[in-house]
Amino acid sequence: MKIILTVLSATVVFCSYAQPEADIILERIDQNLSSENRIFESSMTIHGRRNSRTITSRTYAVEDMRSFTEYLSPPREEGTKMLKLEGQLWIYSPSTDRTIQISGHMLRQSVMGSDLSYEDMMDDRKLTETYDATVTGSEELEGHKTWVLELTAKVEDLAYASRKLWVDTERYVPLKEELFAKSGKLLKRSVMSDVVQIEGRWFPCTIFYKDMLKQGSEGTEFKITDIRFNRDIPDYIFSKAALKQ
Amino acid sequence: MTRFLLKGLFYDKSRSRLPIIVVAVGVMLTVFMNAYITGFMGDTIEMNARFTHGHLKVMTKAYAENEGQLPNDLAMTEVSALKEELSGRFPELDWAARIHFGGLVDVPDEQGETRSQGPAAGMGIDLLSPESREAERLNIRESIVRGRMVQNPGEALMADQFSQKLKVNPGDEVTLIGSTMHGSMSMYNFKVAGTVSFGTEALDRGSIILDIEDARLALDMYDAAGELIGLFKTGFYDDTHAMEIAREFNTPFETDGNEYAPVMKSLTQQGSMGQLVKMLDVWSVYIIAVFILAMALVLWNAGLLGGLRRYGEFGVRLAMGEEKNHLYRTLIYESIFIGIAGAIIGTSIGLLFAAWVQEKGINISGLMEGSAMMYPSAIRTRITPADYYIGFIPGLFSTVVGTMLAGIGIYKRKTSQLFKELEA
Repeated sequence: MKIILTVLSATVVFCSYAQPEADIILERIDQNLSSENRIFESSMTIHGRRNSRTITSRTYAVEDMRSFTEYLSPPREEGTKMLKLEGQLWIYSPSTDRTIQISGHMLRQSVMGSDLSYEDMMDDRKLTETYDATVTGSEELEGHKTWVLELTAKVEDLAYASRKLWVDTERYVPLKEELFAKSGKLLKRSVMSDVVQIEGRWFPCTIFYKDMLKQGSEGTEFKITDIRFNRDIPDYIFSKAALKQ
Repeated sequence: MTRFLLKGLFYDKSRSRLPIIVVAVGVMLTVFMNAYITGFMGDTIEMNARFTHGHLKVMTKAYAENEGQLPNDLAMTEVSALKEELSGRFPELDWAARIHFGGLVDVPDEQGETRSQGPAAGMGIDLLSPESREAERLNIRESIVRGRMVQNPGEALMADQFSQKLKVNPGDEVTLIGSTMHGSMSMYNFKVAGTVSFGTEALDRGSIILDIEDARLALDMYDAAGELIGLFKTGFYDDTHAMEIAREFNTPFETDGNEYAPVMKSLTQQGSMGQLVKMLDVWSVYIIAVFILAMALVLWNAGLLGGLRRYGEFGVRLAMGEEKNHLYRTLIYESIFIGIAGAIIGTSIGLLFAAWVQEKGINISGLMEGSAMMYPSAIRTRITPADYYIGFIPGLFSTVVGTMLAGIGIYKRKTSQLFKELEA
């Protein structure tokens, strides 16, 4: 009996050391994914029922408050720019030479026909600031050990009331994520891959998004082709005037 | 004898004038009512056909399943070739590609910032091809309230009510924010050429109409269209023929699992149109039947009254030795002449009146305000072959039956009592 109790106590002690607190996991994720600022180029391949389209863009982002995206290809999208300034979003279309503010229900619309919404693009806040987390278990995913975290919103203005994350136990990067509505309905699923170490942080360079409510979509593959953290970004980029330049 | 009877009717106005007037009025109302119901019911169906359903419509199978959502991502491609094929196979129909889409109309101020914005229901139709009959079909030229018809690419027509809400005038430039066939956001500038009013709330609330090539550019739908509608060149829907055409077209694709394979639907196979067409048919038969019955009762009564009014005359004729059978027969012959004369006069007046309403129409747009269903803004009668003979049913038949019933009394008269009756 004594032996059993000793083994059990040892297991509990070992486990409590092996599995950090959920908040600590979130903090480590934020350290990997968030930065003071970043410049990245990406390609977004939207897989439709009929065909697939790839859209490339360059993005400048400062914390979670400001970002500026310029679409580089294909020709129809080239020159389209998106500016996010503290909760507001503008889109500039070169063919019409108009800048339109996206607000209200339009924020829930798909970006360029992808599985991402403008709302998804807008919300770049740290997980530790927006969600409470609990570790609910562990699973192996694509050969990587993961902790399964359930996140519940602690602020009101979030697009997703809860999330489920599968976090790599070694690199503290989510490898899979499910996003839920307040009703508990699964809205989106994303799978992260190509995790590489860049400037001392682990970062997933490919994210496959699937909007579970979108009919006719086979998913969207978002690939970061080049990313640099904490560079000097001139302030004028984050102005409405820069949209027309 | 015919000549004798006609002379009698002609010279004795008390025997002919009132009965003929009563028959003519009844027949006139019957003829007009039939043309009116045919016109209104037919116009309602035709209006829905011209604006949305066509007499036949071709879509992809997937588009047809989600038609209410205007899913242009499921639209047909290579539409020009398909249209050519349809025109060759079914030359009795006029085929036209259409794109329906939803979006936002954004009106800029002088600085290019949003001044006003509103949700729009857009329609891309062939407005600029010289051979296109789309503008005529949708009665667009006659519906223009301000400005002019679309004449150049990049121009659009807006519902007048919508333009006033957004404070847009002809000549202003607006931006259409929509979604391309691939789901991207699209922005496209249009110059408002004019404003239109169709008198139907469903269309006047937020319509924007543009040339189909502009719609294709705006929505990235090169040689694509949500639907191809076919309308019989006769101008009238023929359900049996339409069903045959749809069956013939669909047969090769029935086992095709491709959700983008085309499917053809007749007007009655689309949404609730089948029910509506059946309902309108049944209604029109009921209304006409009830009206004819009512008119028959009136004319029957007139026949009875005529017989009773001439009670004394019959007595004298019987007293003078005229046979009861002969008297009864002459009475029926007279009623036939009255019925024919009344029916001819009534049908002529009814047709004249119906032709006038067919030409001018009765404006009912005020009554249709707020209606989500598409009803014509003006009621027009439609003269059909039935109008030339329908009046004879109550006019001739009822008058004769009324007289026959009234005349039965002749056989109940007793010769021995005739003089006593006459003395009284």
